[in-house]
Amino acid sequence: MWEYTDKVQEHFLTPQNVGEIDKPSGTGDVGSLACGDALKLTLKIDENDIITDAKFKTFGCASAIASSSVLTEMVKGLAVDEAAKITNEDIAQALGGLPKEKMHCSVMGREALEAAIADYRGLKLPKAEGEVVCECFGVTDLEIIRAIKESSLRSIEEITNFTKAGGGCGKCEEKLRKILQETVSGKPEIFIPQAFPPKRMTSLQKIKKIEEVLEREIRPGLKKDGGDIELIDVDGDFVIVSLRGACKSCSKSQTTIKEYVEKKLRELVLASLIVEENN
Amino acid sequence: MVTATPNVIYMDNNATTRVAPEVVAAMMPYLTESYGNPSSMHTFGGLVGQSIKDARVKVAALLGAEPGEITFTSCGTESDSTAILSALRTYPERRHIVTTRVEHPAVKNLCENLETVTGHKYRVTRLKVDADGMLDMAEYEAALTEDTAIVSVMWANNETGVIFPVAEMARMAKQRGILFHTDAVQAVGKIAIDLRRMDIDFLSLSGHKLHAPKGVGVLYIKRGTLFVPFMAGGHQEHGRRGGTENVASIVGLGRACELAGEKMVEENSRVKQLRDRLESTLLAIIPKSMLNGHKTERLPNTVNISFEYVEGEAILLHMNRHGICASSGSACTSGSLEPSHVLRAMGVPFTAAHGSIRFSLSIYNTVDEVDVVIAKMPDIIESLRKLSPFWKG
Repeated sequence: MWEYTDKVQEHFLTPQNVGEIDKPSGTGDVGSLACGDALKLTLKIDENDIITDAKFKTFGCASAIASSSVLTEMVKGLAVDEAAKITNEDIAQALGGLPKEKMHCSVMGREALEAAIADYRGLKLPKAEGEVVCECFGVTDLEIIRAIKESSLRSIEEITNFTKAGGGCGKCEEKLRKILQETVSGKPEIFIPQAFPPKRMTSLQKIKKIEEVLEREIRPGLKKDGGDIELIDVDGDFVIVSLRGACKSCSKSQTTIKEYVEKKLRELVLASLIVEENN
Repeated sequence: MVTATPNVIYMDNNATTRVAPEVVAAMMPYLTESYGNPSSMHTFGGLVGQSIKDARVKVAALLGAEPGEITFTSCGTESDSTAILSALRTYPERRHIVTTRVEHPAVKNLCENLETVTGHKYRVTRLKVDADGMLDMAEYEAALTEDTAIVSVMWANNETGVIFPVAEMARMAKQRGILFHTDAVQAVGKIAIDLRRMDIDFLSLSGHKLHAPKGVGVLYIKRGTLFVPFMAGGHQEHGRRGGTENVASIVGLGRACELAGEKMVEENSRVKQLRDRLESTLLAIIPKSMLNGHKTERLPNTVNISFEYVEGEAILLHMNRHGICASSGSACTSGSLEPSHVLRAMGVPFTAAHGSIRFSLSIYNTVDEVDVVIAKMPDIIESLRKLSPFWKG
């Protein structure tokens, strides 16, 4: 039985943007016939770095087709930098969710997008540098580590659902277990909740702790570059901040917030925190 | 309550079949007023016991067996496990099993467990198949050793319908003092079987594949073949399978076997003609489509076709919209991320294995239904090929 959402059915039955762009600005070709699914994504990007058109061709099951279709809809009109931030979870969410065994279809979408953007920018994909762990599906350690981190995977089964690794002969199971253990234990924030159990931290404690970390760990660094940060609000796990000074006009402000501020707060306060900029 | 969907074109009879109305009628008394225990001394129960005896006679008649050779079980899988484990306990000094690469998981996974879970106490030889899904008899002969306890080879393949020469294979095993089991779940009711003239020691069948309900099966044990029960318990089934009988289903299976005997000619003429019409038309009108499995050595109801460069689950989902029920050997439907082990063993290229669809018909299918499928399939395949990066049509 198919447990597909209406959105998946809709995109499967009437897929959007099917085809190939003539003389594309960037092409992403991922998957293979052997793997059972493959996606060729072509992008048209204008001189302002805006994606003006996106088309796809997909060989695969209903969720692979739907993921590709919704992805082309998502990226059209976006700046390349914005499109580059789309995760597989975003794709799955745009479809109203995917069955867990089908999450790898959304990962394939993100991979194709990444490859197309890398192609446009003339960059090499980090994937090619990894070491192949799952020989059946040609999945590298870098891809697996990334999926574990991005989607907070905690079991071999989840790794298989997201990356297909281990879904064939199963010989790489030991390697997968090792990568999982190393990746998870290498991320201290996963064990932080034991030190600061989320349930026992009151809102007030949480705010105080966040302020403390901002003051001690984050502001000195930003100030060095002529910027600053201010805590606006804490609503549940959402931490609303405002960037000041040089940070405000910096094109990398989003990276600063996600890669630097959020990472630090997750590491030192609570792993579930989400930092957002006040608009 | 789930009710039957109207306008369903059911061509997935190798998965399961409709319970014949005649079978339902035969079962009803045993689900209502005739609830006695067949082992009881009183007439009320004794009459129920008589109905099981009658069913046993009917099953035996379909197989060309004696009633005493029929043991009722809960399903095909139980019958398979019972036969193979009995052989291993009959010859505890023998540690070798011969089977094929294309068995149903009921046999395949049991053999895998006998290797791995026992720490490789048992050795398993899995016979290869060629591109048509046929066995190499020279390889089979060479695989039979003094250490071989049992050979387990399916009569007909569930995915392709390919029929194996089990009569000849059983004879070769017998000459060497090796027990022979066949999983005949797909063959019984579809092709004529006469066990009297064969050297088959064990045969498994499953009720729901021949218009009886799910949850009842049979293990045929040849008279004189040594047997060790799988399920110990009461004296039911002559002590060969403990547990109070699933009376209604056993009665239903008896009736289903009787019907299968009556319809055997129809199965091999009208149903076969429908299958042939579906097969030849689809292969003719859809480019890059190919038959999986031997052209003639095949069950009359089964056809497995690969549509290259498209994926099976997507095909099935489109067919589903038109109420057409079938199966696929694609990765997305096998639950293992890899396409069917049967098609891979046959060396079907990946371009085709992922796009395989199995149609399996029954006496309830009509020519109109076949024509609906013929009318719908080309558009389905074409629409998916338009999406496929590999299709250069």
